[in-house]
Formats: sequence, structure tokens, C-alpha cells
Amino acid sequence: MKTKFGIVVFPGSNCDHDAHHAVKNIMKQEARFIWHKESSLGDVDVVILPGGFSYGDYLRTGAIARFSPVMREVVRFAKNGGTVIGICNGFQILLEAEMLPGAMLRNRSLKFVCDFIHLRVENPSTRFTSECERGDVLKVPIAHGEGNYFADNDTIAALQDGDQIVLRYCSSTGIVDDASNPNGSLGNIAGIINKEGNVFGMMPHPERAMELPLGSADGRKIFQSMIESVVLI
Amino acid sequence: MFRSRIVVTLRKSILDPQGKAVESAAHTLGFTTVRDLRIGKHIEFSLESSTKEEAERITEEVCKKLLANPVMEDYSYNVEHA
Repeated sequence: MKTKFGIVVFPGSNCDHDAHHAVKNIMKQEARFIWHKESSLGDVDVVILPGGFSYGDYLRTGAIARFSPVMREVVRFAKNGGTVIGICNGFQILLEAEMLPGAMLRNRSLKFVCDFIHLRVENPSTRFTSECERGDVLKVPIAHGEGNYFADNDTIAALQDGDQIVLRYCSSTGIVDDASNPNGSLGNIAGIINKEGNVFGMMPHPERAMELPLGSADGRKIFQSMIESVVLI
Repeated sequence: MFRSRIVVTLRKSILDPQGKAVESAAHTLGFTTVRDLRIGKHIEFSLESSTKEEAERITEEVCKKLLANPVMEDYSYNVEHA
């Protein structure tokens, strides 16, 4: 049985087709677009909030997209335990919607960074990383101007205690340090998960790391994990 | 009719690299006494309301729910008859 992915399209989304290609042509699963004005998600197993510049990043990244009609359904889907992944701008939307804690500041350098980086898997016991081992290093690209994760000390401590920090920026050999931090994120945080374990946000783009000739196929592990998790549910 | 004028800035505890860069430009220009330069957003809107208190209450709500993200930003506003 194929896993059914629903990819939400906001005005300004621009990684929606990459996600669709990754799901349909690489992972050979079902993929369909969900326009942000729709009031139902339809029959889906996984919801992807893709990257891009929803509403032109007006006001704050993700701040307006969270009020799109479809987001009410995404919240409901998540409350019922549905699997939701927010990639890049999708992660920013999850933060603005308070489906994940924290906020994104401008990159420390004030520059938009578009580059391959490395990620260390801190928690492989999630629906999004089950195909990885703890400490695995994934090579995945980033492309963002606001990926500098920030939260107050209590929130960071709670994330830490709950094993909710899933991915951190690291060197190619897996060392998490300031030199391998592309944007100034607190604790090199690149991806976090909610307490319930079904809502995940990451700034890097796994859907752009699906084919070796394009630089890396490590993103497949994230997609394969989600597919496996749906089979288990 | 009232007019609300709102200023949103990064919280004081958060480094504002843009503000820092502009501050150092001010110093280069010779304004060496300029300190703690912060960059923020100015937002304004009109609203219909019978009392100033109600206009302020609505402005507060709009700030809290939409215009500022309390995780990283502070806001202040003033509301005047327009």
C-alpha cells in the first residue's frame, strides 16, 4: 500500500513541486497538492508544509500563512495524531502556529544562505528519523535567510529533556560546533519535534537531497522513515 | 475613529545585528554618542470604536495575536483620535 502525502500549497510556496517529485517519482508513493484555501485535507497519511516564501514573508516568515483556512485542518489532523512535517518555510509556519515552540530570527550573518550543510541525527526514535542511527551525519542543503532558531532557556531545556531536538548542524564528521552553525541557531538546532512526536520541523531541505547526481540522497532517509511510520500506525 | 501606531522591535535580550551594523555606521559618521540602536517595524491602522479604551484593547489584541511574535519581539503603541 502506498503512503498518501498531502502537500499544502500557499501563495509563495516554491518547494511544493520538489516535495511532490520526491514523494511520487523517487519514493514511488502517492502525492497530491492541497491548496491553502481548501477546508479539508482529504484522505492523507502525511501532511507536508513545504518551503518557500508564503505571502512573501510579509510581517514575519510564516506569520500570515498560519491563518490560511487549511491550517485549521492541519492543526486538527495533528491533534488526532497525524504526521506533519514542515520544511524550511513550513517549519517557520509551524512555529508561528505554535505547533512547535520557539521562533526564527534573521541569520546571524544577515545573509541568505544557500549551501549543502551536515546534520547530526540526535534522536533516531521518531517517525521522521527511524531509518537513521543516533549520530548519523546527513548531507542536506539549506536555503534560508531566517533560520536562526531561538527560544527562551526554559523551552530549550524542555526540548532537551524531551529528546525533542532531532537534528543539529554539524561538521562533515559529525562535530557540532560554532564553525558548523550556518545561521546562528541556538545549540545548532536544525530540526525539532513536538512532545507527542507527530509534528516535526526542519530548516534543511530533505526533498532536495533525493538523488546522488544532485549532490546527496540522504533526504530519502527522512521520507523513508515517514513511510515506514505510516505502515506501523 | 481612532488611529493606532505600533512599534515592534526585537526583545532587548536578543542581539539585533542589523541595529549593530547601523550603529557602527553612525559612529563612523562621527555620531559617536549614539548607543543601543535597535531596528524595528512601524505599523499603523485606523479603527472604528466608541471609546479610546476599547480601541486600545483591540490594538493590544491585534499586536498579541498578529503583529508581534512574543517569543522574540516586544511591542508598544499609542492610540489617538483621528
